[in-house]
Amino acid sequence: MIRFDQVTKRYSTGREALSAVSFAVERGEMVFLTGHSGAGKSSILKLIALLERPTRGQVHVDGRDTNAVKGRGIARFRRDIGVVFQDHKLLHDRPVADNVALPLIIAGVARREIDKRVRAALDQVGLLGKELSRPLELSSGEQQRVGIARAVIAKPPLLIADEPTGNLDPALALEVMQLFKRFNDVGVTVVVATHDVHLIDVVGARRITLDDGRVTSQ
Amino acid sequence: MSISAYVARHAQTLVGSLGRIAAHPFEALMTMGVIGIGIALPLCLHLVLQNARELSSGWANAYDLSVYLDKGASLSRAQAVGRELQARGDVASVRVIAAAQALAEFREYSGFGAALDALGENPLPNSLIVTPALAASTHDGTVMLRNAIVAIPDVVTVQIDTDWVKRLNGLLDLLKRVVVLTGGLLGVAVMLIVGNTIRLDILNRRNEIEVMKLVGASDGFARRPFLYSGLWYGLGGASLALGLVAIAVAILSNPVARLAALYGSRFTLKGLDWQISLAAMAAAAVLGWVGSWIVASQHIRAINPS
Repeated sequence: MIRFDQVTKRYSTGREALSAVSFAVERGEMVFLTGHSGAGKSSILKLIALLERPTRGQVHVDGRDTNAVKGRGIARFRRDIGVVFQDHKLLHDRPVADNVALPLIIAGVARREIDKRVRAALDQVGLLGKELSRPLELSSGEQQRVGIARAVIAKPPLLIADEPTGNLDPALALEVMQLFKRFNDVGVTVVVATHDVHLIDVVGARRITLDDGRVTSQ
Repeated sequence: MSISAYVARHAQTLVGSLGRIAAHPFEALMTMGVIGIGIALPLCLHLVLQNARELSSGWANAYDLSVYLDKGASLSRAQAVGRELQARGDVASVRVIAAAQALAEFREYSGFGAALDALGENPLPNSLIVTPALAASTHDGTVMLRNAIVAIPDVVTVQIDTDWVKRLNGLLDLLKRVVVLTGGLLGVAVMLIVGNTIRLDILNRRNEIEVMKLVGASDGFARRPFLYSGLWYGLGGASLALGLVAIAVAILSNPVARLAALYGSRFTLKGLDWQISLAAMAAAAVLGWVGSWIVASQHIRAINPS
């Protein structure tokens, strides 16, 4: 599903975030990216979602070389990836339902179908009944789950999450991780970047460890 | 995507963008006000032009010739000349004005009564007013007619009143160009105003655009609501402009009618016809759309999520 071949990422500041990184994630697999902050976890996720481009090397996602995805192709490419952010990235002036529906609206799904799937997605993350709330009326954990519902509503084959439990207390964090596990159980490939080693042990999945831009174990 | 879903999506964006404009009524009114005044100006000029044409086309006697006889020629001689002219094919009608009658009219309208009394005798000659036949009511036709009349004995001068008609037409043509020119300039201004408003709107909603692009929105999708906003700004501005022009016409129509009555005319000020109103609305909508398209395309492309 994902293959990094000798990928180096150097930012315009001169910092080398990734140095000749190679690894692969199989379809249907669940993988944790771990390491200290600044080890390169976020850079890997950004390269997968085409938010950044590799300085050298190749990133393949779902059989496609991301270097070849350009222009209008970028938007279409991103629709096949569900992304969960540490800071949620929700639209605060729209109700929860609109936030979750966004990927379907972009894909041009009919309104009636959207309403049905929004309810289903909110049900999956335990937020049924919060459709009309504004994101800021929800707790941080609930906002994170709105973000997860948005990431999965279009049924993408790949789900990536950057420190999704960073702001949550341990009980909520475990709940969120188990949610990811459930998506993985139904066939979604899941890549989660986290520094919370304890959680990884509880959920149980392959771990790719990064240190200073290099893969130290996988 | 089915066609009905596509239409529904556009309709939704259309209404949604209207809702967002309505959420900040003061800012929206300011922008629409500037656009409205910008559109009202060429429309007012157009009205002036249109009414001036209307007014001048009402003067059927624009090509009349004034024929002045020698001071010594009697009234009966004037009537004989009149009969002679009436017999011509290129003359529609002839009116003989006796010197005494001319003096009486002049005394009444000029206010120089006392000065005329001091002269002792009537300084005015007998004269005739000749209206050319319709076929001869052209510049060349009247010049030919004048040459013929000048050749008649006792005729001293023939005046054709076409010069001022030509001057007026020249002036109206000039005014027409001014209308087109100001229209063009202010059209560009409307685009710039809408563009600037949309630019601020985009900066305010940068976050939202970023999030939309993150979850796979194309630039076109992110741009669409702004295009509709531009459309609404244009339409709103044009509506205000039509309102402003209507108010101006309402304020001016009574004084204009009174002034016209003083000149013995039944002229009344005419407002914009529906074709021009419709054209102004359509033009403003297109300008708003294009203005926001230029700005939104550039700025939205430049926003990249990170």
